[in-house]
Amino acid sequence: MPINVRIPPPLLPVTGGKSEVEAMSSNIGSLLEELETNYPGMKERLCDDQGELRRFVNVYVNEEDIRFLDGKETKLNEGDEVSIIPAIAGGN
Amino acid sequence: MNFTDEQITRYSRHILLPEVGGKGQKKLAQARVLVVGAGGLGSPAILYLAAAGIGTIGIIDNDVVDLTNLQRQVIHHTEDLGTSKVRSAQNKVKALNPDVTVVPLEKRLDANNAIDIIKDYDIIVDGADNFPTKFLINDACYFTNRPLVHGAILRFEGRVFTILPRQTACYRCIFKAPPPAGVVPSCQEAGVIGVLAGVIGTIQATEVLKLVIGIGTPITNRLLDYDAKTSRFRQVKVAKRPECPLCGEHQEISELTESEQPACALNT
Repeated sequence: MPINVRIPPPLLPVTGGKSEVEAMSSNIGSLLEELETNYPGMKERLCDDQGELRRFVNVYVNEEDIRFLDGKETKLNEGDEVSIIPAIAGGN
Repeated sequence: MNFTDEQITRYSRHILLPEVGGKGQKKLAQARVLVVGAGGLGSPAILYLAAAGIGTIGIIDNDVVDLTNLQRQVIHHTEDLGTSKVRSAQNKVKALNPDVTVVPLEKRLDANNAIDIIKDYDIIVDGADNFPTKFLINDACYFTNRPLVHGAILRFEGRVFTILPRQTACYRCIFKAPPPAGVVPSCQEAGVIGVLAGVIGTIQATEVLKLVIGIGTPITNRLLDYDAKTSRFRQVKVAKRPECPLCGEHQEISELTESEQPACALNT
């Protein structure tokens, strides 16, 4: 069973509108590469020029922030749910 | 203060709740709540806070009602087109509950006025529609030590959480800085399903009532995300960040600044 990646509203144009995609990577770093391969343009939206996650993007594995796990080295297992959570501002 | 018979009847369904009672209702009557933005989130928040008998509601907004607002900003009616949102909202509150005093603030919250405005209130509701204002409110609530109930909506997804400054994760602990202009779309550009404003704005009002009365557990150190398409509520844990530039161990932000970035623009 693959891992599930939840795509937030601002990134739906990149996945062609899919709000959940499947992936097979074994850690967050390779997941970012896998997403880029399958959905070109994804990585530059999530990462800066140094390849680090942008300051307004958080990534969660099963509701735990990867900052409090092992960052990009955080391991992924079958059935894990990865959520990409950028800041959103609407309110009006 | 003592309630009149009419007030006891008006608030009877609150007073019946052991967790609220006459004592809780009095706390509501004495509370001062500032709602930033009388738009999508502000509309339900203001209406429910007024109905609940919040004594003083400050409403700050510099916009006028336009036709595109009426799909979700339920405090404004068709006849209000062209009227200032603050006046329109004030009229509805007056009609709903004459016990409530509205402080109309027909202006934009900015780095120069934010502290002076916010310090007059007990709790702040963020119904702003852009990142610079959301960061500004977060920072101003930190400096004045006022609880902040944050909300945001986009397309089919909404988010709400509460910040108790200095105690729980702040907006900058979670999102270090506003995204550059153009990276994250706004409702204006990306659309929003109207009812989402009702769901999230009403949860924001609920947070305010809980904080004022002193019951339950606020949505602190977690984000509550709601996906209208799948009807899923999801929570993720967040934590106060020692490196937070505002409330961390080495404070880098010592006064209010406003990023130059205008309301976010679409980049697809």
